[in-house]
Amino acid sequence: MNDRTHIPAAIPSPATESPGQTGRFAMDPSIYRRRRLINAINMGASMMAMMFGLFWLFWILWTLIDQGLGGLSLDVFSRSTPPPGSVGGLANAIYGSLLMTLFGTLIGTPIGILAGIYLAEFGQRGWLAPATRFINDILLSAPSIVIGLFIYEMYVVSVGHFSGWAGALALSILVIPVVVRTTENMLRLVPGSLREAAAALGAPQWKVTLYVTLRSAKAGVLTGILLAVARISGETAPLLFTALNNQFWNSNMNQPMANLPIVIFQFAMSPYADWHTLAWAGSLLITFSVLALNIVARWMGSQKTQSH
Amino acid sequence: MEKYNNEQRMNRQMMLDKLFRNVTRMFAFLVLALLVGILISLVIGALPSIKAFGWQFFMTSDWDPVSQKFGALVPIYGTLATSLIALLIGVPVSFGIALFLTELCPTWLKRPLGIAVELLAGIPSIIYGMWGLFVFAPLFADHVQPMLIDNLGELPLIGFLFQGAPMGIGIFTAGLILAIMIIPFIASVMRDVFEVVPTLLKESAYGLGSTTWEVVRYVVLPYTKTGVVGGIMLGLGRALGETMAVTFVIGNSSNFATGLFEPGNSIASSLANEFAEASGELYMSSLIQLGLILFFITFVVLACSKMLLLRLKKQEGKAS
Repeated sequence: MNDRTHIPAAIPSPATESPGQTGRFAMDPSIYRRRRLINAINMGASMMAMMFGLFWLFWILWTLIDQGLGGLSLDVFSRSTPPPGSVGGLANAIYGSLLMTLFGTLIGTPIGILAGIYLAEFGQRGWLAPATRFINDILLSAPSIVIGLFIYEMYVVSVGHFSGWAGALALSILVIPVVVRTTENMLRLVPGSLREAAAALGAPQWKVTLYVTLRSAKAGVLTGILLAVARISGETAPLLFTALNNQFWNSNMNQPMANLPIVIFQFAMSPYADWHTLAWAGSLLITFSVLALNIVARWMGSQKTQSH
Repeated sequence: MEKYNNEQRMNRQMMLDKLFRNVTRMFAFLVLALLVGILISLVIGALPSIKAFGWQFFMTSDWDPVSQKFGALVPIYGTLATSLIALLIGVPVSFGIALFLTELCPTWLKRPLGIAVELLAGIPSIIYGMWGLFVFAPLFADHVQPMLIDNLGELPLIGFLFQGAPMGIGIFTAGLILAIMIIPFIASVMRDVFEVVPTLLKESAYGLGSTTWEVVRYVVLPYTKTGVVGGIMLGLGRALGETMAVTFVIGNSSNFATGLFEPGNSIASSLANEFAEASGELYMSSLIQLGLILFFITFVVLACSKMLLLRLKKQEGKAS
């Protein structure tokens, strides 16, 4: 593969390289050498770019292990966030994060799957499907802090207080576009003959879609859900003015709720060393769980061709 | 009797079918309505500030909660400047990575390296922020910044960019961290579009004796240029709206930053820092208007990106 550059001597130099030289068939060593040199420089630069990308990844992961591992102890999982200077852990924040991620996923996934079904199965005609597809891709990359503002305006203001539900709603809006996108892509990979076979047996369309098409795309759809969970479990911005924070153990979704990202934010910005230690421990936890989710999702999706 | 039953069942199924179609259509419509809803709620929230300041909001740089005067110039400038720096660093690197993954990389390494780059996108943005503030900024301030300030600060024309105190945080650091964050997005779009170039075209060029670089420069890039630009726009959209990483390292100053190393503020970081504590209707509504501006800018950028990528797909359809 990499030996393509070893060009046999008697081959004409390509017309595109230097227009003045076109049509010369004899080997010109200096031009040949220059082209090889340019190629080598650019390929070298490309390799450097790859290293540059990996360099940051490993540096960040190393920092997390280096700083976070020391702070991990049983206390982190069993005690609530402490006031500065006393012993404590992150239990309430971990619990709040899990709860809001769970509800965010539960609210967002069915909406995403049903919208995805429409796009894949009924979206051949009309204006709605192309428009939704377009808007969905924009929502996929829309700034998450604006989603937080939206929920603040719609929910927090009308209820009058910050709450775990508001956080879960904000997260569910981030889940929807990811699930819509993967569901549509995965359903489209299901061969049409399968649908036709089911229809020929007399199955109505809803049965064909739910029991045949969706079921055979199960692995792919699940991949999408996992990716969505991975995305929301590290999100901070949409929770800033929806779930806010809570220093105490709280399992009432109607109250402000502690969550890992915001606790990390608050603790990291504080001047206290013991809070910093906890923030690093939390970062380590959150990053490695998100990365593990990502890898599992990709591994599951690797059977089907993943378009991401 | 038998026949009647069948007909009844058939009718029921047909009704269920219709119901199913309409329910899925309703949810597809909901996605659309979500975007409209976001826009409307932001406009309503921003109305008091729009009424109070009008176009002046975009042209003044006061940000004074005490005397209730708000202007968006500093955060808008900060958002655009950090995103521009992110693109200047991120685009060449992403191009290099995509080139490496599609043309140079041995097949067995392709998957692990591709996943590694995509993991960069998986790291939560708050982690980038913390790492930038506690690890990168001190190193940068101690070892790199003084050198840059000494050597480049005196240059004519561009010298002012490199003046200022070596604090580690500021516009440039925010831009650099944004660059690392958007590399995986741009690189993966570029890799995908490079892979749609028909092998026939590439092999023909190789057959004529082109080097790998010449194939990329004169065959792959012209074929995929709309897709490449679309990928860059996607990265830009991501950079504009990124919140937590920027909030940690930009310095949060409402003064106008002229140099690269000075602290500034971006739209997203002002929101993150001030919104929960904002008191007074005008203060809050000014912040919401900032959010509206951010949403509008990212919407336009992302819409352009999507249209360019769609165009490439159409062209690909015609070619095959």
